Amino acid sequence: MSEKNDSNPNETELDAEHWLQAYEQMVKIRTFEETANELYTSARMPGITHLYIGEEAIAVGVCEALRQDDYITSTHRGHGHCLAKGADLDRMFAELLGKEAGYCRGKGGSMHIADQETGNLGANGIVGGSSGIATGAGMSIRLRGTDQVSVCFFGDGALGQGLLYESMNMAQLWKLPVIYVCENNQYGEYTHNSKAAAGSMIGRATGFGVHAQAIDGQDIRTVHATARLVIERARKGGGPAFLVCNTYRFHGHHVGDIDRPYRTREEEAEWAKRDPLILLENWLLKSKQAEKQVLERIQQEVKTAVDDAVAFAEEASFPSESEVDRHVYA
Amino acid sequence: MSTLENGAISSPAIHAPGERQITFGQAILEAISEEMARDESVFVIGEDVAAAGSVFKVLVGLLDEFGPERVIDSPISEAGIAGIGVGAAITGMRPIVDIMFGDFTTLVMDQLVNQAAKTHYMSGGKLTVPMVLRTTLGASRRSAAQHSQSLHALFSHIPGLKVALPATPYDAKGLMKSAIRDDNPVVVFEDKMLYQEKGPVPEEEYTLPLGQADVKRTGEDITIIATSSMVYVGLEAAEKLASIGISAELIDPRTTNPLDSDTLIQSAQKTSRALVLDEGYRQYGVTGEIASVIADGAFYYLDAPVKRIGAMNVPVPFSPAMEDLTIPDADYVVETAKTLCG
Repeated sequence: MSEKNDSNPNETELDAEHWLQAYEQMVKIRTFEETANELYTSARMPGITHLYIGEEAIAVGVCEALRQDDYITSTHRGHGHCLAKGADLDRMFAELLGKEAGYCRGKGGSMHIADQETGNLGANGIVGGSSGIATGAGMSIRLRGTDQVSVCFFGDGALGQGLLYESMNMAQLWKLPVIYVCENNQYGEYTHNSKAAAGSMIGRATGFGVHAQAIDGQDIRTVHATARLVIERARKGGGPAFLVCNTYRFHGHHVGDIDRPYRTREEEAEWAKRDPLILLENWLLKSKQAEKQVLERIQQEVKTAVDDAVAFAEEASFPSESEVDRHVYA
Repeated sequence: MSTLENGAISSPAIHAPGERQITFGQAILEAISEEMARDESVFVIGEDVAAAGSVFKVLVGLLDEFGPERVIDSPISEAGIAGIGVGAAITGMRPIVDIMFGDFTTLVMDQLVNQAAKTHYMSGGKLTVPMVLRTTLGASRRSAAQHSQSLHALFSHIPGLKVALPATPYDAKGLMKSAIRDDNPVVVFEDKMLYQEKGPVPEEEYTLPLGQADVKRTGEDITIIATSSMVYVGLEAAEKLASIGISAELIDPRTTNPLDSDTLIQSAQKTSRALVLDEGYRQYGVTGEIASVIADGAFYYLDAPVKRIGAMNVPVPFSPAMEDLTIPDADYVVETAKTLCG
C-alpha cells in the first residue's frame, strides 16, 4: 500500500545556500550508512544495524524545518534522523563501535543514539515505542509555555502498534505540537505493509481529526515544504499533524538481510530510479542553483569527514569495566 | 538498630502520641499538593484524577488548587499516559502518572520497563526520567482477579526503576515526596485498603529516603519482614506471639528497590530467625529476593530456614469465601513463626 500523494512540490523559502546544506546533509547520511555497512561486512562493527539509505529526503526535509531546540524521537533505523538533527559524525561512529567517546558512552549503540544538545530524545528499539515520548515532549512544551515542536519519526511497521493511536488521540484532544512522520518504506522487517496495515494510512489520523497528508518521501522539496507548513502550524497552537512519506528502504531490513527474498529485484530497480539524492541533484543542476563541481566537492568533503570520523572511532577507547554499572540510576 | 525496649513500637509512623492524625489517602494528597506548590514542573495525569478526584477519592481538591493544566484527566490509555510521562520527564517536567489499579500496570510495561527504566543508562547518563507512577495493590475488596493483584515484584526486578510500598500515612507522605523529587522513575504502590487508615503525620515538612527500612517493632526472637498492608498483619501477629512469649521484631523495607539489605540482615543476625511477609504471589515474589538476601547475609547466625509467606498462587477469586483464603492473615503468620521458634 502506498497512499496516493496529495501534495505537490511547492517552491519553498530555502535559497540555494540552504539547499546545498540540505544536499550535504543527505550526502552525509548516505555516506555514513554506506560506511556503516562496510564496517559491518568487514567485521569491524559489533552487532547489526539498520540502514536509512533511500529515505534521506525525509529526515533532512523535516529536520531542516526544525530549530535546534525542537525535539525529535527516532527509530531503530535512526542514524539519518540523528545526523539530520545535528549529530556529529565522530561521536556517531564511536557509538556504533561501542566506544566511550560515543553519544551514549557505548551503552546504547546503533539503536539508541540520543543527543540532548540537538533535541534528539533518542532512537528507539521498540517499534512505535517513542510515540508516547514524543507526545509527552509535546505535553511538556505546552506546560512550559514554549513554542517548540516535537517530531515523532516511525516506520509503517509502527502502524500496527496501539500506543501510536493512544498518543495521537491525546495529542489532538489537547492540541499538542507533535508531528507524526510515518516513513512508509513499504516493509515492516520482511513483511509488505499490504499484509500488515488494513485500510487507509492517513485515515488512521483523520479519524482522530488530526491533519494528515500522504506525500512523496523521495522528493526533499515536497517533504520540506509540507513539513514546514505543519511544523509552523503546530508551533502556533494549531495542533498535531500526521505525514505519510512514501519511500523505500534501498537495503534490507538490516545489514545482514542481503538476499531479500520477500521482494523482487524489479521492484527495487523501479524505486532506485527515484533515489532522493539523484532527484535533488538533478533539480539543483537543472534549476542552475549549483554547478556539478560544487556537488562533487561536497561529496568529497563529506567522504573525507566520514573517513576521519571512522578513524577517530576506531582509535577511541572502549569503556572501562567500571562504566558497566554507572548510569543505572541518576 | 533501635534502642527501645523489646516489644515497644519504635516507628513514629505507628506511635507518636499528640501528633496530628490524618488518613493514608490524605497523606498522599498532602505530599502531592505540597510538591506541586513547591515545584511547578510537577503535574498529575491519569484517568479520573481531576474532576472525580480519582476513583479512590484520594485527589479530591487537587483540581481546584492547581487547575486543569496541571491535574489532567486522560482517556483510558494507560500505555499512552505512561509514554507521555516519560516524554515529559525527559524534557524537564516531573509527571505523576496515575494508574488506578495495579493490575493495569501490565498495560504500561513497555513504557516503564523498556523506556523509563533504560533511558538514563542507554543515553550514557545524559537523559533523566524524573517520573512517578502511582498505582495500587492489594486484595480483600471483592474485586476479583483483575482488580486485586499486588504486582510490585514485576517492577522490583527491573534495574533503573525504584519501587516504594508505604504502609502508614507517615511513610506514604514522606516516600511520595521523595519519589517526586527523585530523578529516576519511581513506582509507588498504595494499598487500596489503607486509604482510610489513620496515623500521625507531622505538620512540618519532611521527606523519607528511598532505600531505608523502618523498624516498626523491636523484638529478640524472630524477625518479621513485612511490606505495605502486610505490616499490619505482621504487627497483629507480633502481638499474638508476645502473648505466648515470643518476641518478634517487625521491619518494613518501605522500598523493594533499592532494598535496605543491611537493616534486614542485622535484624536477622540478632534474632536468628526470619519470616518474610508480602501480598504478592508467593512464587517468584519479592519475598524470594528478601529471603535470599537474609540467607546470604545472616546464614551463620540463623537457627532455622528463612520462611516466606505470600498470596496464594492463584488468580484472586471473587467470592469472599475464597478470596480470604488467598491472603496471608495474622494467625497463619503466628503458626509459621511458632514452627521457626519451636
